[in-house]
Amino acid sequence: MGYAGKNSTRISDSALSTLPMLFYLGLSIALMIADNRGGYGRIAREQLSLVTAPIWFVASSPVRLWRGGREELALRSQLQDENAAKTKALAIARARIQRLDAVSEENLRLRALLGGTRGYRLDVRLVGILDVDLDPFRQRLVLDGGSDDGVRIGQALIDSGGVLGQVIEVSRHRAIALLVTDPDHAVPVQVRRSGLRAVAYGTGSSDVLRLPNIPLSGDVRAGDVLVTSGIGGRFPAGFPVGVVSRVQADQMRLFVIGEARPAAHMERGNEALLIANLPPDADVGPPAPAGADAANRAASEALVAATLAAESGATPTLASARTANTAAKAGAAPAPASTRSATAAAKTAAAPAPATTQRATGPTKRVEQPATPATTPPAPTTATEPRP
Amino acid sequence: MTRGHSTALVLACYAIGILIEILPLPQVLVPFRPFVLAMFLVYWAVETPGLVGYGTAFALGLVADLCSASMLGEQAVRLVLVLWIVQRFRARLRFFPLWQQAVAVGMILFVDRLVVALVHLSFGLPQAPAVSLFAPLIAIALWPWLYVLIDLARLRARERN
Repeated sequence: MGYAGKNSTRISDSALSTLPMLFYLGLSIALMIADNRGGYGRIAREQLSLVTAPIWFVASSPVRLWRGGREELALRSQLQDENAAKTKALAIARARIQRLDAVSEENLRLRALLGGTRGYRLDVRLVGILDVDLDPFRQRLVLDGGSDDGVRIGQALIDSGGVLGQVIEVSRHRAIALLVTDPDHAVPVQVRRSGLRAVAYGTGSSDVLRLPNIPLSGDVRAGDVLVTSGIGGRFPAGFPVGVVSRVQADQMRLFVIGEARPAAHMERGNEALLIANLPPDADVGPPAPAGADAANRAASEALVAATLAAESGATPTLASARTANTAAKAGAAPAPASTRSATAAAKTAAAPAPATTQRATGPTKRVEQPATPATTPPAPTTATEPRP
Repeated sequence: MTRGHSTALVLACYAIGILIEILPLPQVLVPFRPFVLAMFLVYWAVETPGLVGYGTAFALGLVADLCSASMLGEQAVRLVLVLWIVQRFRARLRFFPLWQQAVAVGMILFVDRLVVALVHLSFGLPQAPAVSLFAPLIAIALWPWLYVLIDLARLRARERN
């Protein structure tokens, strides 16, 4: 150990103190390799999460104290201002939601025509964020909820701005999320204006995403909004990811490299939404038997109709009233004939083209033909499922 | 020579070191966070050499790795290497005046930054930003206060005994 005055020769002394050092050094390097190759660190953390959870709780307490204190000490006038601003924002958001409800209902109907509801049936859950710096140079968040609360690996995390990240580790009471700006993270995106697909990679800095390998002919320019494309199934489609800030050709002049600014508020709010796609029903494989398929659709339409009826009670739109009718019919008598008629009703409503109407209503009894709204676009394809 | 020690005090020091490691900071300040856990380890290794061995450093690093999301074994390597340097120069560190000791600790922590860079390079992890090389400077400024604080706590503990 190198005490002053210890009467051993210098060489053996240093050798004695170096050997255990080398042993532990080797041990930790072996651990690092094991963690890097086999991901054992994740497993160990899962097992020991009961021990680490209180430590994280203590470490995040200064921030909670600060926030709590600020809320306690806020002035009345500040609160009133904040309240007024929020009421205003809520009114605007409500108005937009009412418009979007009609569009989303119409979209669901059109998608049902195409044979799938991929990316539009969501399971949503609110989680708190524990402010803990797990690793300053990799961008992660600790979430205040774990497998006991229904959090699962792979769920996407969004905030009011857009996509924040996804869950990568889950223990019983805590979960760790990887942010979109982490260098290990990639999210399939789509340019909202042109529909061009790309992949947005994190860069490690919290305000830049990178879009490599866009073809030179790709239609993307600065200011374009990127939304999730839903490809790959991790992220539901349609959530904003970022705004393209710069586009330039790469060194070989073969591809275009884009840079984007993330849409989510990376500077850490209090809470975030965890969303997950519900398992797709009849999305892959050969078309399901017509009865089951129609029942699924009737169920999903009934869901939408119910939420619409609950939310837009004051001004029910034409579309929602129609769907409510259809859904009520399907719910009242779930016999094959009636579910078929429900699907047929949806089809006739969406596709006013005479040929489609004939084909869809062929084997069933006649259903009421509602006035076709002027905004309904012609059906993109005709019905393709085999009818019984 | 030694001023006595209480196990509770040692454990409290290490716990505080780990807490500071994961304490949330504004994004701007994160690279400047000093490696306080290593500073506590240096203190106890200099003052009570019989108590601090490589096993301690390794175990401490492992606990810190489990609490944070760094690679398992990364901080263990860093602490073992810090302890190794300290034990080489313990006799000299012990009798340095406080400011000189602070500079020596800063240099040890600078070497530690290089170790981090090397580890990240060899495992293909993203490198810390260059400003994190200033973290040892903050550690230098912090060291005298830390030293005096722990000394006072130890005196208090001895008086109680």
